[in-house]
Amino acid sequence: MSILVNLIGLALIAAIVWWFWLYQPKASAQSKSGAVAITVDDGVYSPSRVSVKPNEPVVLRFLRKDPSPCAAMVIFDDLDISEELPVGKPKEISLKVDKPGTYAFTCQMKMYRGELVVENE
Amino acid sequence: MTHSSHCHEPGQGADVEHKGRVQNIRLTITGASCGGCVGKIEKALQAVEGVEAATFKLAEREAVVHGQVEAAALIEAVEAAGYGASEITDDAQAESDKTPVAPCHGAPGTEKQAPRAATGNPIHLAVTGASCASCVSKIEKALQAVEGVEAATFNLADREAVVRGQVDAAALIKSVEAAGYGASEITDEEQSSDEKEKAEEAYYRKLLREMTIALALGVPLMAYGLLGGEMNVVTTGERLVWLVVGLVTLGVMVFAGSHFYIGAWKSFKAHSANMDTLIALGTGTAWLYSMVVVIAPGIVPELARHVYFEATAMIIGLIDLGLALEIRARGRTSQAIKRLLGLRAKTARVVRDGREQDIPIESVQIDDIVRVRPGEKIAVDGVVTEGHTSIDESMLTGEPMPVEKDAGDEVVGGTLNKSGSILYRATRVGKETALAQIIAMVKQAQNSRPPIGRLADTIASVFVPVVMIISVLAALCWYNFGPVPQVAYMLVTATTVLIIACPCALGLATPMSVMVGVGKAAEAGVLIRNGQALQQASKLNIMVLDKTGTITAGHPEVTEVITRNGFDESELLQLAASLEAGSEHPLAQAIVESAQARELDLGSLEGFKAIAGHGVEGSVKGRALLFGNHKLMKDRGIDLGDLQAKAQELAAQARTPMYLAVDNQAAGIIAVADPIKEDSVAAIRRMQKLGLEVVMITGDNEATAKAVAEKVGIKHYFAEVLPDDKQNKVAELQQQGKLVGMTGDGINDAPALAQADVGFAIGTGTDVAIESADVTLMRGSLHGIADAIAISKATLRNIKQNLFGAFVYNTLGIPFAAGVLYPFVGILLNPVIAGAAMAFSSVTVVTNANRLRLFKPSEASA
Repeated sequence: MSILVNLIGLALIAAIVWWFWLYQPKASAQSKSGAVAITVDDGVYSPSRVSVKPNEPVVLRFLRKDPSPCAAMVIFDDLDISEELPVGKPKEISLKVDKPGTYAFTCQMKMYRGELVVENE
Repeated sequence: MTHSSHCHEPGQGADVEHKGRVQNIRLTITGASCGGCVGKIEKALQAVEGVEAATFKLAEREAVVHGQVEAAALIEAVEAAGYGASEITDDAQAESDKTPVAPCHGAPGTEKQAPRAATGNPIHLAVTGASCASCVSKIEKALQAVEGVEAATFNLADREAVVRGQVDAAALIKSVEAAGYGASEITDEEQSSDEKEKAEEAYYRKLLREMTIALALGVPLMAYGLLGGEMNVVTTGERLVWLVVGLVTLGVMVFAGSHFYIGAWKSFKAHSANMDTLIALGTGTAWLYSMVVVIAPGIVPELARHVYFEATAMIIGLIDLGLALEIRARGRTSQAIKRLLGLRAKTARVVRDGREQDIPIESVQIDDIVRVRPGEKIAVDGVVTEGHTSIDESMLTGEPMPVEKDAGDEVVGGTLNKSGSILYRATRVGKETALAQIIAMVKQAQNSRPPIGRLADTIASVFVPVVMIISVLAALCWYNFGPVPQVAYMLVTATTVLIIACPCALGLATPMSVMVGVGKAAEAGVLIRNGQALQQASKLNIMVLDKTGTITAGHPEVTEVITRNGFDESELLQLAASLEAGSEHPLAQAIVESAQARELDLGSLEGFKAIAGHGVEGSVKGRALLFGNHKLMKDRGIDLGDLQAKAQELAAQARTPMYLAVDNQAAGIIAVADPIKEDSVAAIRRMQKLGLEVVMITGDNEATAKAVAEKVGIKHYFAEVLPDDKQNKVAELQQQGKLVGMTGDGINDAPALAQADVGFAIGTGTDVAIESADVTLMRGSLHGIADAIAISKATLRNIKQNLFGAFVYNTLGIPFAAGVLYPFVGILLNPVIAGAAMAFSSVTVVTNANRLRLFKPSEASA
């Protein structure tokens, strides 16, 4: 019994590590020519992964539904972008990134998290 | 941009090709960051065939080219020189370009009125639910059917509809919804600040309501437990009662805490975890365990048959309360922005067709003539055309004294007209106004983060899963080594760890203080570009001050004219002024003004050449003139005689003497003095008190520099520094391992400002977006620099307190919750206390940041 409980505990830890850190999401929203709509609600950006092509202008249209102050801001740390998101109204952020790579976008407290993937050509 | 610039040159036919026309072309240049680039770019542009004149302003990154030339050729030339360029076109220009004959002497503005009358501001709608091409026409039809719509287009690619006409957004949204789609207006956030407040208020009320529901159950239950009520489940009767309580608790979880559970589940699905995750897990575990005890007590050891419904209800209630308080406190952190937003006027009294009419501020166009009466706000930026008044600009510049304005002076939107009635011509409207730019810049800076917050950010991003792991480990420890009944202790410690951990305090620590600090600075007329500048400013060792225009007023006046070899004063001034007439250098302007004051006619100038940092030469009326400093005269072998001694005497009195030689013969000295600003001495003393070593830098001669430095109490100074060398001097100081701040005018000193760790630009009140500067002062006083330093130090101190508090809270709180103290003193933290601690830790951080609002960078302390 006691071994079983300990094993369950350790398995739980392993599961946490895998689920939150090691798991690599595959699916992501593609930007075609227009805007990508991102809903901000219930602690998540959906979609939370957006892929774009380098040097291609893209518009991210954030629609914040969560009124809590946690969701009030979206910050692209590496791109020097921080914008306030009004509740219930879309806010557009226009971007053009030239370097391929993964750029995180988060709320002020890093609880909302998403990624902008600039693909290699 | 003036209208005449698009006009055809006299003698040219209306049918002349676009290409062959003499015109002004404006280009935005990218990649130019230093003063040296200016010359390169101008040369590149001037080399293009057909160009008559080309100037490039570094501060605005804008080049203006005059000549018979095409923009494409210019762009090519700039790109070949290693920079980027694109043409600036605006509707007004496009409009007049299309007009075949623009009447040069006709009334400007007549053709501009046409488009204004045709449409109001377009409304942008974000449309949802449209997925196919056929939706486009449906949506467009639905929009066009609304009364007042003149044109409506819908772009499927960005799901955006643009509607023109006299119509309001609500009617459009209704119509789109009736057609089976969703729509919402896309607006500037500036316009939605009222709505933001409303949304916040609604959320605040919702939280309070939920808190009431949760505490209405939690408080009686907890009181019952504390007063010795039986919380263990033994008899069947007790089981039934507790089952009811458990179901009521479930109701509380649904009505008062559903956002935690939904948020936790959604973020879990997205492989992320946040505060909701911790709260949902903590309260959910406590409730599930209690329900197991009630429904199937058999599987729980007898001693552990305890219920924790009160913990679930209390924690939800307390955290709702904490969030509500946090919203209130956060509202106060953005007060500075609210104050700035409140400065905007709503309407302007515009003179059109000879009549004055009040129109919404959005409809004011460039070149409109606006009337302002005493006690009214200036609506948009402009230049006074008629009248005299004094204007209170303190809300923007921090300058307490009203400023006198006459025809030709600039007025700034948002400031208050005090005494007279004036007419002014609008020069900047909408987003271009100084106020709009200030608001945008302050917002941007408030949201940026200083490097000091990086560590906290990194921790915050892995915080929740780490806490979950600690919680499991704590439970395992209690299971393996804890007393009987283990399962109860496991539950309490695991839950308490989850509940007490607060990533919010960590994540909020830096941004809240930056928000208040940057806002505070803006109130004092100091615009800080970003968090990094704020942090650097607090750590500076040396502040380099440019003399002219920074320590001194920057409006020099001619004080003495000394003549030799038979010249008289007027002749000397006349020649010097003719030579300097085209120059924008303040010393040159002083001479020109002085000549104009004596009503001297200026001669035409030939062969003008500037010798950087030393002087100028050229010929007027066939006489070769050489005007400049001692070194220039020496280089050209001019015999100065006793003039040199005179010059030294003048320099020792903080005057700047300049020699004039005519046909290689010394003609005399013109001495110019730039008065020291009244408060420079006090401001420099404040900087020194704040621990800065203040250094002066100037192109003036040694003696003048020394005299000024002594007057203002500066020990170290660099004299006779060429403009291009200022940057090197800053670099030299940096090589000594010092953090160096540089204060200058932002245009001539741009390279030095960019080189410095923090560049401070002394603004003139309207030049907001000085790109080379990290900090822009809205008023001319050096007190702004001392304010900026004082505020940055206070903000950094505040951030450190917050970070320290958040770190200590979590590093002490989590082990305590895990029961580290239990083996020693037998204390175990109650999950409800943990919930309270967690709820108030983020409120504390925000409240501490708000304390910064009370900080006074007092000038009196000097």
